[in-house]
Amino acid sequence: MQKIWKKTLKPGEKWSGLIGRGKYVRFKALGSQANVSMLLYNMRDTSERYNMPDTLKAQYTSHLTTGNVLMSDNGRVLASFVQDSLGWHDTISGHISRQEVDEKYGVTTYQKMGNDWYRSGDENFKIELVRNNMGMRDMVPCVNLFSKVFVEEDGSMHFDANHCQEGATVTLRTEMDILIVLSNTPNSLNESKEYPAVEVDVEVYDAPPVDLNDVCVTHRSENFRAFENTWEYYNLLGL
Amino acid sequence: MFGLVEKKSTLKLEDAIYDGVLEAGKGWMHELKEGQRFMILDMEGNQAVDTTFYDLETPEDHYSAIKTIVAQKNIYLTTGTILRAESGEPLLTITADMTGRHDTLGGACSSQSNKVRYALEKEHMHNCRDNFMQQLANNMNGLNKRDLAPNINFFMNVPVTKEGGLKFDDGVSAPGKYVEMEALKDVMVLISNCPQLNNPCNAYNPTPVRLLIWEA
Repeated sequence: MQKIWKKTLKPGEKWSGLIGRGKYVRFKALGSQANVSMLLYNMRDTSERYNMPDTLKAQYTSHLTTGNVLMSDNGRVLASFVQDSLGWHDTISGHISRQEVDEKYGVTTYQKMGNDWYRSGDENFKIELVRNNMGMRDMVPCVNLFSKVFVEEDGSMHFDANHCQEGATVTLRTEMDILIVLSNTPNSLNESKEYPAVEVDVEVYDAPPVDLNDVCVTHRSENFRAFENTWEYYNLLGL
Repeated sequence: MFGLVEKKSTLKLEDAIYDGVLEAGKGWMHELKEGQRFMILDMEGNQAVDTTFYDLETPEDHYSAIKTIVAQKNIYLTTGTILRAESGEPLLTITADMTGRHDTLGGACSSQSNKVRYALEKEHMHNCRDNFMQQLANNMNGLNKRDLAPNINFFMNVPVTKEGGLKFDDGVSAPGKYVEMEALKDVMVLISNCPQLNNPCNAYNPTPVRLLIWEA
């Protein structure tokens, strides 16, 4: 497979960009307790975006792994999980705020620490959303790649600190032309006293065409219908 | 705190300054001033009431399901829960609750989600997100679909398992059960009294709810 692009996200770093459909986007954690917060939008109409409730309801799950798809609020598949070494990625614990970063790890500033100061998901997302003609109103629940947050019967939420180890990988396949927004910032529920400083590699490759036996297409009949909606959308556009 | 504990309201229904019935399938939008109390009463039981809030001063700061549950480290809403905006700002707090568990992960049904979840021919059915969009169009100039983030489903039961499963169960509500909250600042309330007929969230029988407001 031909690698199209590669970037190493430094601890605290953000990135946003357009990725066409039919690409693999491969993430690799270069340390333990990695967490990449991710938002997805349809690049042609950013009012269509990743929808956490629709994604979880349709697949009867509260976590994401191979076979799962990330659905938009219009019932289409923005991207799907085609490979996963971990078996669990979170989508119910959101991105970390400036207040949470300061409370957990102490107040840091650029003035004192330069580019090593501790960034928050909130600021990273806001900057990239504004840069892409959006803003705070476009903020929705994100996916937290590499994190496991499980829920006990009483509803309490717990971060599994032993979940992500160095070398963990997850590969998404884009099913629509998307705007992707990434923030390499700690999970809000990670109880580590130190700011988890983990580098994450992001690589993009061309993916082969999706066939009807694909693990994400066949995962559930709901997934198949969402793929049908997606293919119909591009057929109507003539693309 | 989250063990389905009942907490009764201390307010008298006859003292309410607003007292109305919202039929199933209808939308409703109303301001709440800081300090006012607001009650949703499930008249016939097992009715899901899709609800969200906007900070009246800065409507782009919508209710955030995630900020709300992460701040309390618990996915269920009940007495004592602070309902937060995307900025983290507290908007309301739940002051009484006769069911002890409300959902905020399940979101609102839409034509598009019905089509995916049930069948392509379910697209025509009436749904909550259409109600939300119609109410925004009528009452909140400038707000649109971008402002529809995941909401609260009062009286809806969406259990999540430790193994990472999620399902829709019969509601934990019953006729006459209610949830009451206090506005911590001026907010706009947006409700769709859910018309969903394809899953047990309304016991396959959408019914009216009673909405009440008391002065601070």
